[in-house]
Amino acid sequence: MAPRSSNSGRGPRVESEVAESSAAIRASVSVALAVSAYGVSFGALAVASGLDVWQACVLSLLMFSGGSQFALIGVLASGGGAAGPAAIASAALLGLRNTLYSVRMGPIVGGPWWRRMLAAPFTIDESAAVATAQPTLRGQRLGFWVTGVGIYVGWNLTTLAGALLGDLVGDVRQYGLDAAAAAAFLGLLWPRLRTLQPVTVAIAAAVVAAVLVPAVPPGIPVLAAAAVAVVVGITNALGAKPVREVEP
Amino acid sequence: MTVWQTVLLGSVAVLALKVVGYLVPPALMERPTPARVANLTTVALLAALVVTQTFERGGDLVLDARVPAVVLAGILFAFRVPFIVVIVAAALVAAGLRLLGWMS
Repeated sequence: MAPRSSNSGRGPRVESEVAESSAAIRASVSVALAVSAYGVSFGALAVASGLDVWQACVLSLLMFSGGSQFALIGVLASGGGAAGPAAIASAALLGLRNTLYSVRMGPIVGGPWWRRMLAAPFTIDESAAVATAQPTLRGQRLGFWVTGVGIYVGWNLTTLAGALLGDLVGDVRQYGLDAAAAAAFLGLLWPRLRTLQPVTVAIAAAVVAAVLVPAVPPGIPVLAAAAVAVVVGITNALGAKPVREVEP
Repeated sequence: MTVWQTVLLGSVAVLALKVVGYLVPPALMERPTPARVANLTTVALLAALVVTQTFERGGDLVLDARVPAVVLAGILFAFRVPFIVVIVAAALVAAGLRLLGWMS
């Protein structure tokens, strides 16, 4: 999604730096706008799942990680209060990848410890992706902050709008928002299915979840599916040989 | 467990996981096994969530308007259609099928 600037090194250095910075900002803003738009569906679905407007907004303000937020409300929607622990566990397990991003963003954010702590809430899929796609450290740093803060502001505004809208319209199924949530999970999954190992894990996890849905309380099928990942991850079954993966 | 407890505990957990990444020595998480487990966990959870969000209702598996919507989304993602467009298209398909009364 992020346009890569193919800097050829021609022309004065200052000019190319300016070009790279503006390329980073352009990429950040376009990603931020696209992602923020989809906060409307989160807000509306959160309300449909039994949260009030405040609870929907607190999730976007504090948790601020789309996948985890959708997972939490999805489990709550099917299981109610009793599914609370499973909802928390699903959100946390999905948030595990943010830890990887934080590790990678550490050197890009740089500076004293408090700057990295300030960066933590904004460390999400999109800010990490835009940052890593930039060719220079300056561009990476800009990409991280503009994308992260941009989405934070946009996502919270659209969450509020969506929650108010959801309160107003009532039955969100009528508007296909339940299908939109399923499609959103598919969209988050899609770019991760590049090699045999993740594809196999995805299929196995899907089968485990489908088999368990009628048999166990809501929320548990998703957690049980995570066990597939742990087993395959530790044994590295079907893993790639230590050949460097070619990034697109 | 109240909804507020779930919301707050979940939020603190997810935020803490972001903070932890800036505190641990990079060598620990960049080692192949923890990195692989974290990446595959994401894949497994998302795949399971696609299934439950598409087929689950009231503790059972059902076939309703969500299924064609998600199939269409898969096709559109394969053609690299932008995320937000796919989401809107999926919602429209499900809403349309329900409006026409063809699927619940």
